[in-house]
Amino acid sequence: MNKKIQTPFTREDARSLKAGDTCLITGVIYTARDAAHKRLCELVAQGRELPMDMRNAIIYFVGPTPAKPGQAIGSAGPTTSYRMDAYSPALIAIGQTGMIGKGKRNAEVIAAMKEYGAVYFGATGGCGALLSKCIKKAEIVAYEDLGAEAIRRLEVEDFPVTVIIDSEGNNLYETGREAYLQSVQGEA
Amino acid sequence: MRNIQATQVTDVVRRLCIEANCHLTDDLKNCISACRACETFPVAQGILDQIIENYQIADTNNVPVCQDTGMACVFVDVGQDVHVEGSLEDAIHEGVKQGYAEGYLRKSVVRDPLDRVNTGDNTPAMIYYNLVPGDQIKITVAPKGFGSENMSQIKMLKPSDGLQGVKDFVLKVVEEAGPNPCPPIVVGVGIGGTFDKAAYLAKKALLRPVDSHHEEPFYADLEDELLEKINALGIGPQGFGGRTTALKVNIEKMPTHIAGLPVAVNINCHVTRHQSEVI
Repeated sequence: MNKKIQTPFTREDARSLKAGDTCLITGVIYTARDAAHKRLCELVAQGRELPMDMRNAIIYFVGPTPAKPGQAIGSAGPTTSYRMDAYSPALIAIGQTGMIGKGKRNAEVIAAMKEYGAVYFGATGGCGALLSKCIKKAEIVAYEDLGAEAIRRLEVEDFPVTVIIDSEGNNLYETGREAYLQSVQGEA
Repeated sequence: MRNIQATQVTDVVRRLCIEANCHLTDDLKNCISACRACETFPVAQGILDQIIENYQIADTNNVPVCQDTGMACVFVDVGQDVHVEGSLEDAIHEGVKQGYAEGYLRKSVVRDPLDRVNTGDNTPAMIYYNLVPGDQIKITVAPKGFGSENMSQIKMLKPSDGLQGVKDFVLKVVEEAGPNPCPPIVVGVGIGGTFDKAAYLAKKALLRPVDSHHEEPFYADLEDELLEKINALGIGPQGFGGRTTALKVNIEKMPTHIAGLPVAVNINCHVTRHQSEVI
């Protein structure tokens, strides 16, 4: 059963979700990956204003392909999240409540998620053509010089994600695998 | 001596870049479908359904299967009786530049590993030349995504580590990669040669169709055994649990030194792309 999420995504919303929940996100989310995260965190460290409001924001770790004529955006699946581990805690501390990516996160990120109330969602890696259909509008809001890595404001409709790590630190990568292995125990 | 124009090479590379990024090969699609049929875990079934729907959308709309349209790895078998009019090397880079622009593919290459400024046209290509008999040029374009590339490893094993050491290392690499390379993965294993040759063999192994086996029965059996062991780990599609952690293990090997047993594991995601053409 899919849970519907409407942005802005508050800390209370974040705390209501559990690892393994499948959700459909509608509203505004922002893209950022390695290079944009580095710049955002430099601004945070200098106490300067960010190009978007990080409070109650969901960041999608993605660098899309260029849009073909008639498309809102090109293929747009998640990139591997651990490369953002160095930056996510600082952004969660100033109000970010959701991250969409794929792959493992480190202990510092999970600690920040628990402390402030944030969720790590997974979108299906390698399914950029499918996921792009849920993105209705995309515009660059900062760092155009970074090309695919620029920060984009996306308007999404029923964007499908799964909660990988919840605000209590429960991790689908551990529980899912265990559940599968238990389901085949005794076979063969 | 047969003359081939450099512009012909550019045209072929341009086409192959677009084709490889938008259309998975039939062997891979059949393998994914077969794995979907064998998968017992509901969450995993759902992910595999999304993967199938995704490559169908890419086929229909001529759009990239994945947004990481990769570094353009180009394998060139050059017949020794061929003369290229113009620069073969420049022609390949030009083909990548044109293909990534015309195909609306992502430009993912930085000019320097430390200053990290994007080259803006996805060049340079990573080119692997091979001199072969004949008067033809065979070009294979294999765009390589880095989510999976980053999970690859190489190890200089000792001869005494033997077959067991090779198996243990392959499983360790897959286990450590876990959900990061977007499983289900294709695993390329290179055994033997030197440090660099083992890595090359592992990458080359990823070009082999997933419905093929190594020509030597011993290595063909090893491919199957490793696949079975990997799929007993339970990582599953996207790491959410399930049987289908890997679609295929392909092994390539070559002679090596009396003191060494190099093993390289090059991981690819289900978007294992390669297209070839002969000029």
